[in-house]
Amino acid sequence: MSSQTRSERKLAWLLCAPAVLAMLLVTAYPIGYAIALSVQQIDLRFPEESGFVGLDNYASVLSSSLWWEDLFNTVFIMVTTVAIELVLGMAIALVMHRAIFGRGVVRTSVLIPYGIITVVAAFAWQFAFAPDTGFVNNLPLISDEMDWFGGRFSSFAVIIMAEVWKTTPFMALLLLAGLVTIDSQLYEAAKVDGASAWQRFTRITLPLMKPAILVALLFRTLDAFRVFDTIFIMTRGAQDTESVSILGYNQLISRLNLGLGSAVSVLIFLCVFLIAFVFVRGFGTKLEEGRPG
Amino acid sequence: MTSRRARQGLVTLAIAAVAALGLSACGGDSEGSGPRELTFFVAIQPGGTIEENAKRCSEESNGKYTITPEFLPTDASQQREQLVRRLGAEDSSIDIVGMDVIWTGEFANAGWVDEWTGPLKSQVTESVFKNVIETASFEKKLYAAPFNTNTQLLWYRKDLVKQPPKTWDEMIEQAEALEEAGTIQVQANRYEGFMVWANALIESAGTEILSGPEEVDLEQEPTEKALEVMGRLANSSAAPASLSTSDEDSARLGFEAGESAFMTNYTFAYASAQSEAPEIGKEMGYARFPEVVPGTPSKPPLGGFNLAVSAFSKNKDVAFEAAACLADEDSQKTAVELDGLPPSRSDLYSDKAVQKAYPGFAELVKESIEAAGPRPTTPAYQDVSLAVQRTLHPPDKIDPDDAGSIYDELKSNLEDAVKREGLL
Repeated sequence: MSSQTRSERKLAWLLCAPAVLAMLLVTAYPIGYAIALSVQQIDLRFPEESGFVGLDNYASVLSSSLWWEDLFNTVFIMVTTVAIELVLGMAIALVMHRAIFGRGVVRTSVLIPYGIITVVAAFAWQFAFAPDTGFVNNLPLISDEMDWFGGRFSSFAVIIMAEVWKTTPFMALLLLAGLVTIDSQLYEAAKVDGASAWQRFTRITLPLMKPAILVALLFRTLDAFRVFDTIFIMTRGAQDTESVSILGYNQLISRLNLGLGSAVSVLIFLCVFLIAFVFVRGFGTKLEEGRPG
Repeated sequence: MTSRRARQGLVTLAIAAVAALGLSACGGDSEGSGPRELTFFVAIQPGGTIEENAKRCSEESNGKYTITPEFLPTDASQQREQLVRRLGAEDSSIDIVGMDVIWTGEFANAGWVDEWTGPLKSQVTESVFKNVIETASFEKKLYAAPFNTNTQLLWYRKDLVKQPPKTWDEMIEQAEALEEAGTIQVQANRYEGFMVWANALIESAGTEILSGPEEVDLEQEPTEKALEVMGRLANSSAAPASLSTSDEDSARLGFEAGESAFMTNYTFAYASAQSEAPEIGKEMGYARFPEVVPGTPSKPPLGGFNLAVSAFSKNKDVAFEAAACLADEDSQKTAVELDGLPPSRSDLYSDKAVQKAYPGFAELVKESIEAAGPRPTTPAYQDVSLAVQRTLHPPDKIDPDDAGSIYDELKSNLEDAVKREGLL
């Protein structure tokens, strides 16, 4: 190694150092602190009764039926929203890709829902579906008396709809990034060979977009697993619509039981980690190619 | 060459960063003479009671202190969340806390609020309803000055109902028999209001949720009677479509829209109907919260705010004085005049201001407060309330003919809750 490269490498480390330090400070420290809290009995309302309890908090979370119900709810919301978003997002990406006139306008307007704060969007949809103030019950085919947040599946339907409405644009953008990398000559060649539009989509577009699709799915799955705002505003977890994030919030913020709440948070972190691991391991090389620019 | 320049740049950057940190650390409290600044964290009141009282007390202190209100959201759970986050972090920027009646045990046990003693203690409890003083006390010590109280009455439509029902069963039957507006408005969303309703029914049936901070009482027979009332209403045609998502405001709106002949709600409902729906308002009758067991007097809900002094305040000496002023007779009169909040002093119910706010039913409000069954006092109140909400919501899952199984579930969940065990 010449002295030139050595000093360049040193400079690179120096330049990275502030970022690495900041990352350690804002991510590693809180995660470490949460893990430390999760092995203690610590409740802000009972300052005298704290102490090390080992894995007791984890045992009490994992043996509670509530954790498993909420995990099921979360996975259900995650799978449904991501599946719907993938189909809709793909359709929107294709439209945006093909749009000849007003490309900028189309792309910007599609992005609007994603620009709205989740809490605001959740309130807007909650009002829209409320039996007294909302417009939804005035639509044809819907009973005026329908109480959307009074039943489990109607609540899920509204929550999922609001989530899909909000994050489909993000999915569409990530997919569009993959779409533009495909060489148009491939389509022309296929057309000459007599491939139909559907064949061109399934044989050219989908295989070549696989990396982009995987990246989009990974991002959205991780996001969807931590769903909180929409449920918190719409039902606060009533009608069995609670997600694991709301469960953690209840222990931490309502009960001030930092030990139990941190155990829930660490378990959520492990779930997220597991999802990311499966994606990266399962489709590792493809993710590298598909990283959005 | 490159690396040296880069290093120099880094050093400059580091110096700049350290300098900035040092500078910002220099700002902060400046001690001076003049009035002491007191911060009063309290729920907002739309009529302006808080501002008015803070202004008057600051003026009357003759330059001793000035009170600045900091408003919390209207939702009780969110008020508490903001407060506990600050108090849990020992934030000294709070001097006086507007404390909901259900937080006393929690705040006192955690050492977040200071005890009231001496002459100020007797001053702020003078003529106050006995059960209201209890809501401001924990383990026989007073932790707050009672300010306003609140209770629920039965509101009904005089044009549809000749004789107001005495019991919940009677009310459900009457509502079912009505051709129009045959529903009953209560508060049954999964939130604190649901706990208020459940507790009032359980108390009215003749038992109580807790007999001490960590002892579950909940006698089986009366509790089942109370639960059966919830199940019966929820499974009857007298339940509004949105029963399991209803709160104080949706109940009031439903009543004002003429959808319901009956409603249990706080005293604000009367003034609201007079101004929002005068046609309904003039037909609005009132009666005491209905009984669960015929012949056993009901124990209506009890709400309200007490004023406490934060243990982390740097101005405790004047903060107690200021809190006493903010909760005194004049302040309570202002609260009833501007916001219709029932005073915690029982001697004010013959006062003109109260008579005007509750035309014809000031005595009924007083009687209802005296008879009220407060929610349990315990440091683990949140756990208890969450356990009740989780077990009994939505109320239509309660079998009105056999509440035995849900009773067992409620009792065992509450036993975990007082010990603060398990997830909630």
